[in-house]
Amino acid sequence: MNYVPNPPWVVRQMLDTIGAKNIEDLFADIPEALKLKRDLNLPRPQSEVELRRELAALAGRNLSADDRPCFLGAGAYDHYIPAAVEQLLLRSEFYTAYTPYQPELSQGVLQTIFEYQTMICNLTGMDLANASMYDGGSALAEACSLACDATRRRKILIPDTVHPRYLEVIRTYAMGGKMEIITVPGKDGVADPDAITSMIDSRTAAVVIQHPNFYGNLETALQQIEKAVHGVKGLLIMAVDPISLGLLKPPGAWGADIAVGEGQSLGNPLSFGGPYLGFFAATEQLMRRVPGRLVGETVDREGNRAFVLTLQAREQHIRREKAGSNICSNEALCALAATIYLTLVGREGLKEIARRCHQLACYAKQKLEQAGLKLKYQRPFFKEFAVTIPDPRAANAALLKEGIIGGYELDGALLLAFTEKRTCAEIDRLASVLGGIARE
Amino acid sequence: MSKLIFEKSVKGARAFTLPESDIPPEKVSEEIPADFLREEDPLLPEVSEVEAVRHFTALSQRSYGVDSGFYPLGSCTMKYNPKINEWAARLPGFAGIHPYQPEETVQGALELMYELEQMLCEITGMDSFTLQPAAGAHGEMTGAMIIKAYHNSRGDTKRTKMIVPDSAHGTNPATANMLGYKVIEVKSDERGLVDLEDLRALMSDEIAGLMLTNPNTLGLFEENIREIAAIVHDAGGLLYYDGANANAIIGIARPGDMGFDICHLNLHKTFGTPHGGGGPGSGPIGVKSFLADFLPVPVIEKHEGKYHLNYNRPLSIGKVHTFYGNFGVMVKAYTYIKALGSSGLKAVSQNAVLNANYLRTKLAGCYDIPYNRLCKHEFVASARKQKKEAGITALDVAKALIDRRCHPPTVYFPLIVEEALMIEPTETETRERLDAFIEAMLEIDREARENPERLKEAPHRAVIRRPDETGAARNPKLKWTPKD
Amino acid sequence: MEIKANLYYSDDHEWVRVEGDLAYIGITDYAQHHLGDIVFVELPEIGGEFAAGDTIGVIESVKAVADMHTPVSGTITAVNEALEEAPETLNKDPYGQHIAVLKMSNPDELKKLMTGEQYTAYCEQAEE
Repeated sequence: MNYVPNPPWVVRQMLDTIGAKNIEDLFADIPEALKLKRDLNLPRPQSEVELRRELAALAGRNLSADDRPCFLGAGAYDHYIPAAVEQLLLRSEFYTAYTPYQPELSQGVLQTIFEYQTMICNLTGMDLANASMYDGGSALAEACSLACDATRRRKILIPDTVHPRYLEVIRTYAMGGKMEIITVPGKDGVADPDAITSMIDSRTAAVVIQHPNFYGNLETALQQIEKAVHGVKGLLIMAVDPISLGLLKPPGAWGADIAVGEGQSLGNPLSFGGPYLGFFAATEQLMRRVPGRLVGETVDREGNRAFVLTLQAREQHIRREKAGSNICSNEALCALAATIYLTLVGREGLKEIARRCHQLACYAKQKLEQAGLKLKYQRPFFKEFAVTIPDPRAANAALLKEGIIGGYELDGALLLAFTEKRTCAEIDRLASVLGGIARE
Repeated sequence: MSKLIFEKSVKGARAFTLPESDIPPEKVSEEIPADFLREEDPLLPEVSEVEAVRHFTALSQRSYGVDSGFYPLGSCTMKYNPKINEWAARLPGFAGIHPYQPEETVQGALELMYELEQMLCEITGMDSFTLQPAAGAHGEMTGAMIIKAYHNSRGDTKRTKMIVPDSAHGTNPATANMLGYKVIEVKSDERGLVDLEDLRALMSDEIAGLMLTNPNTLGLFEENIREIAAIVHDAGGLLYYDGANANAIIGIARPGDMGFDICHLNLHKTFGTPHGGGGPGSGPIGVKSFLADFLPVPVIEKHEGKYHLNYNRPLSIGKVHTFYGNFGVMVKAYTYIKALGSSGLKAVSQNAVLNANYLRTKLAGCYDIPYNRLCKHEFVASARKQKKEAGITALDVAKALIDRRCHPPTVYFPLIVEEALMIEPTETETRERLDAFIEAMLEIDREARENPERLKEAPHRAVIRRPDETGAARNPKLKWTPKD
Repeated sequence: MEIKANLYYSDDHEWVRVEGDLAYIGITDYAQHHLGDIVFVELPEIGGEFAAGDTIGVIESVKAVADMHTPVSGTITAVNEALEEAPETLNKDPYGQHIAVLKMSNPDELKKLMTGEQYTAYCEQAEE
């Protein structure tokens, strides 16, 4: 294939216009010693016919959750994506556009971001939301960084019930030196409120709570932790599952200062971990410190409604080394998928989806207990829980043999997730296979 | 006036139906304590499927992509996005796989990533790659972390400063700051290149490294790059390649051969993946072998024909993304490289440079071009003549181009050029498109002299007139709120 | 471009008006003109101690941002809170709107600042 459109005779004329003898002349400024004197060692060019064959073969070597019941979650979920989401994302005015820096040409993209920001605010109960971050983990790391800047403190307290990969991302971001990350051991599958409150002091920038947490459990001591951290003028950062917000009290109502999360569940495919989107919402007080792009509503010179990128003086292209974050490209198209998804499922649909996930999880709990298994934690959960299994790897292998994609392997347990796509029959099969192992 | 989706909401309207529950009714239970439940429904739209589809279709028609027309945004490489790539990324065997599936069920995905890393190594002359960073700036941050980890591993902790050129992208200094480095600017010389004397004077054992694009943001090749590398390396610093401008040199010269220790590439610029209205991108970074141990985890390894994810890397900086990066974007870039091969990639850069020099040559009579000599994939013109003579700024030129159904160039960047118009045509434009752009630019110059007042009011034919950005920033309205 | 004769000026385009041991600090007409439409002013905290040249606040316009420095050392005794609600008054009346008031700890520093006449020449040179 070749996407260069000018035929050789046109290239010749263009070279004449420039006054170059040949195309090599255009690279006369590169010292000879630096020029690659050979062809790149890459496979020969391929036609579309060959590409389709090769890519289909590579894809065919993966087991797709599209054709198997999938009980894996742990931060990425197999929720249903309405057909209209996929179709609309193929509108190439959206997907081949750049960042909407020229508002007169980009009203459509800008309006979708404004609608996205509004939906995220309404879901999380926060005052404002940005146009998206890379993913849930990096959004959380940026939230911690913002908390340190806003409070001029260093200490971030994080219970180990937060997703372990989020914790790793935060630790990596902490290489900058302005954050001191302190992990607080959880107790019985939730954050230990006494341990956390005993460590909160006037140096505490923020406490991070994931709710429901990595193990699927609801963090039941949210109120106590909120009081304690606000008591020392620190911030409460919450990481939440957006689907859960169809049912659960939102971060804003818990008193969170920053709410972030992984937005993949909102209309984005699993796609082996990316592209996803991190959503990022905050209180009004933090508006001028929020990282990333913000779209605002204004009017044009004739008084018509218009949307623009705003408060840009926060961002790297203007503030440069004084910017709070270096983020430039975000996950706009994934945020558009989320916007279309939330529009299609709507107010009632999101509630129903959240309720169904929870009911299926409750049903699975009953079936697994009847099959002789025990939940690792006896606690309220949303759509995910850990079931005790001595050898989770063997259990997953046995499930795979039965055509089921099993759970996330914990130490002596399997973390299982239930989306609205799962059926009663699939859960019965899951319970029967795992029950069989438990009886061995 | 464009209505928001919330303003089209009709109580009770809906587009989505959940499958009927097949849990036996007596077994349906819910176990969430009442104080954890939401008291009010989230305020989401209530619309039918057809109205939702029409809403977003209408919004797409108020947007402008590469498929809509010419998009000469400097430093953004807005090239054509091949459609086969979109097909590939949506294959169920790619789009439908969970990141935590057992390795044996995702061998095709791991092979694709492994092969992409290998191909990027060959293209850049680096030894190892990670695909984890989700964007160019994310790659820069990962690179700066590796620089820090490297110096720290040697007990060399007094390197607290990072050098960036005065023509650098904002992400360079912002990245250095995120890593706690003090940012030092190196000046450009009268030819628009790094001032070697200034660089020498700035070097010391406190400098962690230099972040550089090559060609630079003026579209000029840093001819002294070997000497720059020697100056930085002699003082113990590392050299970072910002791949924003890599579209100029693929198959022609390689950062690894120029002396760079670390480099990032923007798959969404150089390797044909779409920008998505601001993302997702993908910013893989490559390193020389002495830095490979610091790459993020996991790394993909191949043993006896099988691919594995290795997390056991004690010197690794850790993770910068929850999973493995933007896999869907990697599939598109892989397909792109496979489509073009060595000859096709070289033709990309050759034609990108041809198109840029063609535009430069033809615009030079009319617009000031401060560094008017052989450029690479882009060049920077200036509207300072139009500003002086007619009060027409780079912004006015940009808005006037919108009326001519063309996306404007990047304006007011790099900062070292007054009234900058940074023009990058890319290789996928025909001469006819370039000629139409030239004609539009010449017409705007004529209008600047003949009817400047009309130009200052441009655009006249877009869906809105110039918006009040000052008002937007003074009284930010960042979400819709219901009237009552 | 308006430059007042009875004020002190810094290289960074700040002005100082002295009343006893108090220094009223603001930005010059030149500075507001170059920043463009000012949309936000971040004020220092009262009681904060600063050395000459320290950043005491931030001024943002739509497309630019500038640190606000204090040309003299001292302790902040008052700030112009009205700017939080109406930052645009800095554009309209740069010499009528101070940003902060400092109790000077070293009034000798004033000698290092420019007079109106010197500042006029400084700005002309910068424009070339």
